[in-house]
Amino acid sequence: MKYLQLVWSAMFRRKTRTVFTLLSVLAAFLLFGLLDSVRSAFANAASSVAGVDRLVTVSKISFTMSLPKSLLSGIAALPGVAKVTYANWFGGIYQDPKNFFANEAVADNFFDLYPEWQLSQAERTAFRTTRTGAVVGESLAKKYNWKLGDKIPLQATIFPQKNGGNAWTFDLVGIYRVSNPKQKNQESILFFNWDYFDEARAFGNGNVGWYITQVSDRKLAQQVADAIDALSANSDHETKTQTEQAFNAAFVSQYGDIGLIVGAIMGAVFFTLILLTGNTMAQAVRERVPELAVLKTIGFSNHSVLALLLAESVLLIVFGGAIGLLLAGVVVDAVRAAVGETVPMTRVGAAIWLRGVGLMVLIGLIVGALPARRGMRLRIVDALAGR
Amino acid sequence: MSALVEIRNLSKIYERGKQKIEVLHHVQLDIEAGDFMALMGPSGSGKTTLLNLIGGLDSPTDGSITIGGQRIDRLSESALAKWRSSHVGFVFQFYNLLPMLSARRNVELPLLLTRLSAAQRKRNAAVALQLVGLADRAAHKPGELSGGQQQRVAIARAIVSDPTLLVCDEPTGDLDRQSAAEVLTLLQQLNRDHGKTIIMVTHDPKAAEFAKHTLQLDKGSLVASAQAAPA
Repeated sequence: MKYLQLVWSAMFRRKTRTVFTLLSVLAAFLLFGLLDSVRSAFANAASSVAGVDRLVTVSKISFTMSLPKSLLSGIAALPGVAKVTYANWFGGIYQDPKNFFANEAVADNFFDLYPEWQLSQAERTAFRTTRTGAVVGESLAKKYNWKLGDKIPLQATIFPQKNGGNAWTFDLVGIYRVSNPKQKNQESILFFNWDYFDEARAFGNGNVGWYITQVSDRKLAQQVADAIDALSANSDHETKTQTEQAFNAAFVSQYGDIGLIVGAIMGAVFFTLILLTGNTMAQAVRERVPELAVLKTIGFSNHSVLALLLAESVLLIVFGGAIGLLLAGVVVDAVRAAVGETVPMTRVGAAIWLRGVGLMVLIGLIVGALPARRGMRLRIVDALAGR
Repeated sequence: MSALVEIRNLSKIYERGKQKIEVLHHVQLDIEAGDFMALMGPSGSGKTTLLNLIGGLDSPTDGSITIGGQRIDRLSESALAKWRSSHVGFVFQFYNLLPMLSARRNVELPLLLTRLSAAQRKRNAAVALQLVGLADRAAHKPGELSGGQQQRVAIARAIVSDPTLLVCDEPTGDLDRQSAAEVLTLLQQLNRDHGKTIIMVTHDPKAAEFAKHTLQLDKGSLVASAQAAPA
């Protein structure tokens, strides 16, 4: 601690240059905070603890291929199956293509398989009994200011009605809540009755998008999955059954490998940052050669000088980076408050801070290494003589 | 009385490419504790090299340097750094203060290497500044002080850890006549009242008059010694 004043003063020896360097570091870690927040949101979606006892069955060929509804009774009859339901991707647009949210046609028992979603018994009943009934998550309802009883028009992009029209109108009969803050993004879905969908759609009748099966015992999950897939073995609709977690991960990967994309962007940003701050540090040490020689003259060892310069470099990055991450936290909170859970972002919490600070220290050590080595190795008499 | 500094057969050769330059040639020298010695000679005579070797900033090519009974030419680089921190104070021609630190912080620098508490370091720095007559300028940065004041801060830094030996390389070389006289009087006072042994390199015969002895170096060898008239 007694060296902090010395390190701090050295850092601000050239105020303008240091401020500009700090701004670059701040911008880099602001970006890191935002991107890591998005990456964490996708990672959480794929590794949610909820749903480990749920299996998802899709076509083995492609997630977009449908399956016959006739499989339902076969799956329900398998040992180890507690409940089974089904759903279809609808892909409707609300008012404008920019207003993207997932919307699915689901069986009337769908919500029985999601006890972690809070939906009142009255709303469940209304959903079952209202042909055009729809249920949405609380975040989505808040975003569009929907209330129970509202009519929600969706423009079909895949499934026109039998009359050739693309306009589908639903009656909002329920709003569900997800209490787990890490799964709040699951509140951004609109569900409506599969029966209405199947009756009204122009094609594909009698087929479902995927089945969701709840197993009676988690230990039986693999056995049940194998049994479900065996039902359609060697048919024209072979299936692939996996845990809901694995399915979520595969679904997210449709958008691309988020981790890889974030990693590539941050790699480029940090590489530039290393070049920039490395140059700043090298310049700072070059200018201070006589001062470093004085420190050595009065008794600072080579290793002390090395440690002082590395500390200066790390402090520079940590100082700028911490402000950047704090700002990222503010921005993420503001975005989440403004648009709810529809934008997948987790709060800038301990995990992101831990990764961020780790990166700051690592980058600080990398950019400080060469200048610090130079400072450590300089010969006092040469440095004092200006050689 | 045994000598504080004992130099035996000291040689220093610099290599510039294939060329070897002998800067010091078999120097023999004893400096008594409490002495104030001026080291004079033409440019390139080896004054600063000898001073650097005595101060433990450089190592000899041959010969020995014993200071306070310790062979410093045998010390490792890190041991030498530690030895410097507690036994030698340095004063340079261009003051060499850290521009971003206040006078007090500059003076405190050598104390960072000790186990003294922050309060004790601050107290000792204040005492050193008071001794050089700059107690009221403790919060000023070097850029806010005159050349003479900066050199006095540098002297405070040199004495704050109470070393036995002060080595001064042209301490008045960058000062006007009046400031130079003040600095030299201060060095004389430190020698006389506080028993500091001082070795000062200078070109200026007027500055050398403040010392008790004057040594002349030429082409790497000691050529003459003179004792100052009693003041």
